[in-house]
Amino acid sequence: MDSLEPLMQGLLVALQPINLLYALIGVTLGTAVGVLPGIGPALTVALLLPVTFKLDPAGSLIMFAGIYYGGMYGGSTSSILLNTPGESASMITALEGNRMARAGRGGPALATAAIGSFVAGLIATLALAFLAPLVVDIALSFGPAEYFALMVLAFTTVSSAFGSSALRGLSSLFVGLSLGLIGIDLQTGQSRLAFGVPDLLDGVEVTTAAVAMFALGETLYIAAMGSRMSETIEPVRGSLWMTRLDWARSWKPWLRGTLLGFPIGALPAGGAEIPTFLSYSMEKQLSKHKEEFGKGAIEGVAGPEAANNASAAGTLVPLLTLGLPTSATAAMMLAGFQQYGLNPGPLLFTTNPDLVWGLVASLFIANAMLLVLNLPLIGLWVRLLAIPRPWLYGGILVFATLGTLGANPSQFELGMLLVLGFLGFLMRHFDYPIAPVIIGLILGPLAEQQLRRALSISQGDPAALVESGLAIGIYVVCAIVLLLPLALRVLVKRKTPVSPPAQ
Amino acid sequence: MTDSVAPARKHRPDWAVLGIAFFLAALAAVIGWDAEHLNSAVAAYSRVGAAAFPLAIAGALAVLAVFTALSAFRSRSEAREPLEFTPLAYIIAGLVLQIVLLNSLGFSIATGLLFALTARGFGGKPLWLTIPIGIALCFVLYVIFSQGLQLSLPQGPLERLI
Repeated sequence: MDSLEPLMQGLLVALQPINLLYALIGVTLGTAVGVLPGIGPALTVALLLPVTFKLDPAGSLIMFAGIYYGGMYGGSTSSILLNTPGESASMITALEGNRMARAGRGGPALATAAIGSFVAGLIATLALAFLAPLVVDIALSFGPAEYFALMVLAFTTVSSAFGSSALRGLSSLFVGLSLGLIGIDLQTGQSRLAFGVPDLLDGVEVTTAAVAMFALGETLYIAAMGSRMSETIEPVRGSLWMTRLDWARSWKPWLRGTLLGFPIGALPAGGAEIPTFLSYSMEKQLSKHKEEFGKGAIEGVAGPEAANNASAAGTLVPLLTLGLPTSATAAMMLAGFQQYGLNPGPLLFTTNPDLVWGLVASLFIANAMLLVLNLPLIGLWVRLLAIPRPWLYGGILVFATLGTLGANPSQFELGMLLVLGFLGFLMRHFDYPIAPVIIGLILGPLAEQQLRRALSISQGDPAALVESGLAIGIYVVCAIVLLLPLALRVLVKRKTPVSPPAQ
Repeated sequence: MTDSVAPARKHRPDWAVLGIAFFLAALAAVIGWDAEHLNSAVAAYSRVGAAAFPLAIAGALAVLAVFTALSAFRSRSEAREPLEFTPLAYIIAGLVLQIVLLNSLGFSIATGLLFALTARGFGGKPLWLTIPIGIALCFVLYVIFSQGLQLSLPQGPLERLI
């Protein structure tokens, strides 16, 4: 495929000084935010969305992608040194990495995580560049029925992949879909669920919902946990560098983790959680040092970290080529595209090739920047872990309300923030996943549009939805997606002693 | 997971989960009621009107409510972390104060109060110290974002000084 030529064009875009600057800001912010316990990349993108909408689209999207990758790097730092995995995907890293840190081998653990992330990010981004045009070629033949099927697939994926049970995931999803209904129906001009409130006619602002659920909900949750969440930071003792033996034990897990992470992320069949778990159990099977697992085996950090990063690049395939977000951060990036009136999908590759390929090319640059930022500057990031929580969360809420007011300076919007934030808090408390709400809110209106388009072409005959083999195939995949994570979880549970990290 | 092999003894229903089921059912009812009031004749050219999608969602929510209610009886009550309400009250008070004071006192003062009350909720320094710090911080942010990024943020006495 002719990926090379547009990729070179994209590299020219990404290498423009201003875009390099955006990438640098993105990876720095992303790392900082990833290191801070409790706030993830999805929240950072959500907070920055409203304050960037006057900036250049290419630049801010490059920045968002930098945050995405940076958050992945930073997350491993807090998992290893603090044993508080911010997301389930880095739980495994905490498992082995924190043991290594306690044994005084925090340096090599951080190094293998960072270099592994770099290797995985590099390979997976290359794979993204070569796979994306192929998917675009197929996607160009899609009609509304196929798109609707794909969105159903995305809904199924997010609700079964996030959280502990499909029932909870689906409940979250449908709450999000309900929020997406609010406002004026674009085809008939009737208002739905607005109850005569004029502020609701435009619908629920995606950024407000995301900031409310991720920032406010999380803050309230942590606050309600009170003083129970005390943490000890493991200092980085000894050498930061990996020994020859560390290298020898790391490079194969990096490659295997990448091979697991990218396809599973790209499919999409279950986000970053499943590939990291699979990578861990695979490394344990293949390792010559099985007895070290659970006590700080370097393979158990190298493999899952690589898988984690590779799947992050993988999720960009459905996002860019089909407009389908399959993770919370991808959903926020979709909102980022939408705020500039851009719709990710096959057409974007022909209408805005510079932007898409500039974004892909910038991922290589971001990846290289992250390696440089993370290894020598690790001491700086560790200091971020020591920010007192009152200041940290006070600052988070200031930025949350600033972002919300930036999008729409009204008291009503802040009221929405409060209501949805409280909902997010309750969901967090009762162990309901947040990401499906946001994805339902973003994708719901798009799905309805495609559904109605498909049905009006067919004069209302619902059989049109399953007429093409492709659509049927996608629905079959949906069924598999609902059942596969279940099967994989059973498999993984049987093979690994995955106990939640010690409190 | 809900369907774990529970010993065959009588469970009391998990009231919190029942509450969630009730919430889902109520949401379904509201959406269904709202959809019934939509005039689908407006869009005669399109076979699927504005009501179809909401009705489908309401239906799905109703089904989910039933399954959630069932799970409340099936599973043992999960041990949830007990909540501390004082920090919650501080933060929510901060947010409510911000909403109330935003238009009269402006962004910096209202948001500075939010900062101080949130910090208090997390057991931070006393308010006489954090309120001025919060207001100063928010004023700096106001200057950066209103001048640099042209965001229009609500003005109060402090903001009118510049």
